Amino acid sequence: MIHFDCVSKKFGSTLALDTISLEIKQGEFVFIVGPSGAGKSTLLRILTRELLPTSGKIMVGKVDITKIPDRDIPNLRRKIGVVFQDFKLLDDRTVFEQVALTLEVQGKSDEEIQKSVEHTLKLVEIWDRRNLFPKQLSGGEAQRTAIARAVVGKPDIVLADEPTGDLDPKTAWGVIQLLNEINSWGTTIVMATHNQEIVNTLKRRVVVLKQGKIIKDSKEGKYE
Amino acid sequence: MSRTVEFTKRNLRRTPFQALAALMIMFLTFLALQIFVILAAGSQASLRYFENKPQVIAFFKEGTTSQDVSAIENALKQEIRVTNTKFVSKDMALQIYREKNKNDPTLLELVTANILPASLEISTQNPQDLQGIAEILKKEPVVSEVIVPEDVVATLTSVTRIIRVVGGATVGFLMVFATLVIIMIIGFKIRLKRNEIEIMRLLGASPSFIRNPFILEGLFYGIAGATLAWILSYGLLWYFTPFLQGYLGEIKLLPVNPLFMLALLGSSFIVALFVGGLGSFAAVRRYLKI
Repeated sequence: MIHFDCVSKKFGSTLALDTISLEIKQGEFVFIVGPSGAGKSTLLRILTRELLPTSGKIMVGKVDITKIPDRDIPNLRRKIGVVFQDFKLLDDRTVFEQVALTLEVQGKSDEEIQKSVEHTLKLVEIWDRRNLFPKQLSGGEAQRTAIARAVVGKPDIVLADEPTGDLDPKTAWGVIQLLNEINSWGTTIVMATHNQEIVNTLKRRVVVLKQGKIIKDSKEGKYE
Repeated sequence: MSRTVEFTKRNLRRTPFQALAALMIMFLTFLALQIFVILAAGSQASLRYFENKPQVIAFFKEGTTSQDVSAIENALKQEIRVTNTKFVSKDMALQIYREKNKNDPTLLELVTANILPASLEISTQNPQDLQGIAEILKKEPVVSEVIVPEDVVATLTSVTRIIRVVGGATVGFLMVFATLVIIMIIGFKIRLKRNEIEIMRLLGASPSFIRNPFILEGLFYGIAGATLAWILSYGLLWYFTPFLQGYLGEIKLLPVNPLFMLALLGSSFIVALFVGGLGSFAAVRRYLKI
């Protein structure tokens, strides 16, 4: 599904990723852990083609995403849902409109949007909050909205960059359970996190990054 | 396309003051443009009226006989430059005067046929020949005064030129100003919506999906400004038509031909698409990095 082959990324003289090689299979749930500045976010941003690696090859499906022309980037991003620590919700849109935006950019019809958004908001259990604006939501509701926005287009992969970073433990668990459920549908989840408790409780694959290098990759790993 | 229109409407609704400012600038630009075009077209048509009616009018002294007039007419008919002559007797002059002032009984009461002189209207093929004919007529002892419209033509020519130059410069300046305002407002909106743009990019929006609502917004300002200006200029022209008709007299410019006004609207749309499109396109190129 995702294959990193000797991927490096330099920002000036700083090496953010150092010859990373990594294979993630379809339907896997992978935690990317490591201290701040280890390269977790860079790895995710390279996957969405926000950044180009300095060297190396990245295959998503059968496509080398380092070689795709700019005009094909939107198609790549439609296959990847992204969830952020700070939610990145738009202040002037309701919950329903935030989620609908994903389908609007994909050119879906109004009927299709209505149906899919309703279905997804019910799945993430915020259908009753659909007419509220981000300022009227709790942290957990905001993150659920962001997750709904990421998955409403039925992407193959969901990238979550510290999705529980701004949430209290109870709410964070709710979000993790939701991501776990999305994973059970067959969606690949790649989640960057610092949260030891979540990683250790979920017992999923853990890739540990340090100074841009993979120092450990274990199947039912722990974050020590 | 419907999504682009929807996003454009949302852009307009959520920053109403900037939208209003851009619309008003466009409105003023097009109002100036259309007024200058109407003035230029009017002065050009007046000029054409005088140029196409090359005529010298010779007024006769009191006591001029019909033989005197016939002698002058016959002499002029020998001239190759002269195309037509028409004698206007005192009675005919009174009739014309009465027709022109039929709504003003005071003016009608004061004038009798004796006050008005008889005259001879001489038409030439070319306006350049008028002066030569006038010189011949001035030598006739029975002629009291000769009127040559050359002065009117010269004045109108210079007025038309001034309208074109001043109008062109003003409209040119306003168009540049309007384009810069569109760049500024669209650029401001792009900066204001940078989070939304970033999210749309990550959700897989194509560059055109992000760009088109901004371009359409610029075009909207142009088209809406041009339409509002056209409605106002047509309204003003329609309102002042009775007054202007009296002022213009025989020059049949009014009521203005609706086809001319439709052509003006059409040309305004073309300019609006150019100004609005150029402004928004420049702003998108400058500020929207996708």
